[in-house]
Amino acid sequence: MSRLKAWDELPVAGVVSRDEALRPRTGGWRTGVRPEVDLSTCVDCLLCWVYCPDSAIRLEGTSFAGFDLDVCKGCEICAVVCPTGAIRMVAE
Amino acid sequence: MTARLLTGGEAVAHAMRQIDPDVVPVYPITPQTPIIQTFAKLVADGGAHTEIVNVESEHSAMSAAIGSALAGARTITATSSQGLALMAEVVYIAAAMRAPIVMALGNRALSGPINIHCDHSDSMLIRDSGVVQLFVENAQEAYDVMLLATRLAERPDVLLPVLVCQDGFTITHSAEPVELLEDEAVRSFVGEYEVPFPLLDTAHPTTQGPFAMPDYYYELRHQQVAAMDAALEALHELGPELEAVTGRRYEPVERYRLEEAHTAVVCLGSTAGTVKDVVDGLDGVGLLRICSYRPFPEVEVRDALEGLDEVIVLDRANAPGSRGPLFTEVAATLHGCDVRVRGHVYGLGGRELHGAEIAELIEHGGDRYVGLRGVGCRV
Repeated sequence: MSRLKAWDELPVAGVVSRDEALRPRTGGWRTGVRPEVDLSTCVDCLLCWVYCPDSAIRLEGTSFAGFDLDVCKGCEICAVVCPTGAIRMVAE
Repeated sequence: MTARLLTGGEAVAHAMRQIDPDVVPVYPITPQTPIIQTFAKLVADGGAHTEIVNVESEHSAMSAAIGSALAGARTITATSSQGLALMAEVVYIAAAMRAPIVMALGNRALSGPINIHCDHSDSMLIRDSGVVQLFVENAQEAYDVMLLATRLAERPDVLLPVLVCQDGFTITHSAEPVELLEDEAVRSFVGEYEVPFPLLDTAHPTTQGPFAMPDYYYELRHQQVAAMDAALEALHELGPELEAVTGRRYEPVERYRLEEAHTAVVCLGSTAGTVKDVVDGLDGVGLLRICSYRPFPEVEVRDALEGLDEVIVLDRANAPGSRGPLFTEVAATLHGCDVRVRGHVYGLGGRELHGAEIAELIEHGGDRYVGLRGVGCRV
């Protein structure tokens, strides 16, 4: 842990910019299952991206580009909302 | 410069038109209503480009004000009494998020009993919220200080909400000649709006209003202490700048006939006008008007009062279970000085305080609760 900052070393109002934000790998809390995709049936509707509560869906432009398992908690919402069944949950 | 017959509320609305804020989220309440009513008409007539957001409550007004001010839009709102009470939760957050919102306040008694007339209990409710509170004496000063408040709020070393406090009805609804600057002079005085981390700067996304644990809460709160100190220094700089444009000075305190005085009356707001009239007829008595209540100008108050025999503090708010808020601060400021300090509460819920009563208080003392019917407490 780095030294705690003094009040006059902190940005005004404690504003956090993206570059300074810690990006902890909260995927370690995952429930024991993780999503997998069958890209041959994915239609890039991006409902998984809309619904994912952890921003764990990666995009390239407007195309589905995989899961960010560093932050995915295994909640299964993506698998439930996927209209073509392209996403299913598998045991870790 | 042209003088027009305007109420304090109208004068503030004209200042707002000239400042031309981007956003005004607001909810009407007496005696603030003439401010927003007049301003809405000026906007509807094309006088300003402002987006007025008719929100559903003052809590929402202040919440919207934070969002727009931090997004990068110059933002003004206005309220009174219960409206400020409903805002209070969000006012603290506005100060902590360092949102430079200007707010015109028509001071009005808090319920209950419900009342619509002036006292300063609404200001005192948010005394320690971290917002600047500048009190004015009359409609002209309400206009002038709106311009000053805009500059003060937006200074990079301040970035705090600034309230321009005018006594409800006594100032908000009383017409007097008010000199308005030319639009160009106002725009050049207030300049362009800028905040350090505009939320709409999508190339540099930020998290604002983050959670703070015991390891950082204290430090982040302390930034507001430093910002208040900077605000007091800034007032000393901006007062002369405003004077260069208006010919009228606004300083953290106003000293009136104190050079030869052995006694001073201390008060906020429009009562200062009555006190001036009274002390004009008395020898050895002056007035110290507190213009900037927050930041409280401790050094200036001490300098002005420490050599006197007696200081009489008039509080237009009571503090059940304690003493008037202005009295306690003046007394604390004069701690260790050989000055007798007495405090009187007056004018609650719009009760008039006449010149003769002030003269009586000065010359013969009086009750702690001036004008109260029933058993009181002589000081």
